Amino acid sequence: MLRSNPVGAVIDLNGQAHYVHSGWFLISAGNLAVIVAMVVVFALAILLPFPGTRKKG
Amino acid sequence: MEAESPTWTGRVREAGMTVLPPERLLPDTQPAYVASWTYVFGVLTLSAFAVVLLSGFVIALAGPAWWHTSSTGHFVNSLHLWGTELFFFFMVVHLWGKFFMAAWRGHRARTWITGAVSFLISIATAFTGYLSQQNFDSQWIGGQAKDGLNASGAGAFFNVLNYGQMLLWHVLLLPLAVGGLIVLHVLLVRRSGVVPPLPVDEAKK
Repeated sequence: MLRSNPVGAVIDLNGQAHYVHSGWFLISAGNLAVIVAMVVVFALAILLPFPGTRKKG
Repeated sequence: MEAESPTWTGRVREAGMTVLPPERLLPDTQPAYVASWTYVFGVLTLSAFAVVLLSGFVIALAGPAWWHTSSTGHFVNSLHLWGTELFFFFMVVHLWGKFFMAAWRGHRARTWITGAVSFLISIATAFTGYLSQQNFDSQWIGGQAKDGLNASGAGAFFNVLNYGQMLLWHVLLLPLAVGGLIVLHVLLVRRSGVVPPLPVDEAKK
């Protein structure tokens, strides 16, 4: 049977939020995931070659 | 020397043609260094902003309570939310890229400042959106926010418990400010050109 909400099947967005907590550091898992994703995308934007460009030999 | 136009419309046109001639306003080529993924995030931010505006227009047609009673309303509301998430995601990556290439160089300080201020006003716009959800979440956020704003004195003019005031700030005043600053930001980019990468320090090679 197909679920009506495929994203909800992977991550329950309606339940109680999960938190990452270590000493003074406290952040919700959702916020941490977004920040990590931004850093990864930023690094990829610097490292990945842009289509249609060639390095001069 | 050409005589100055006797009318204000003519003078505005002449000033516009001097500051932003058509080939600079709508260029069809860019410098080679723009062919990098780091230069893509500004236009991605604009695209997400367009999604936010369009979905906001649709929500305005049916009202802010639409998403509570209709699955279509819920879908459009989700477009508005996730458009906003992407808007901030792309804007932050754009900001990082411009910060690390010191994009205020070459008389581009006003471009940097308009971008930074539009980022701050965007946060206020998003927060008033949370206050416009018409649910317990918005009620709780309003209850918490009022304490901080009252402590600063801003509560006398900006009452987060006044739903009508917050809705109008969210759908009219703040989007006008963000939209106006974004237009100014893009025009300043057109005028000064896209910032080049930082020069390589030959001595450190």
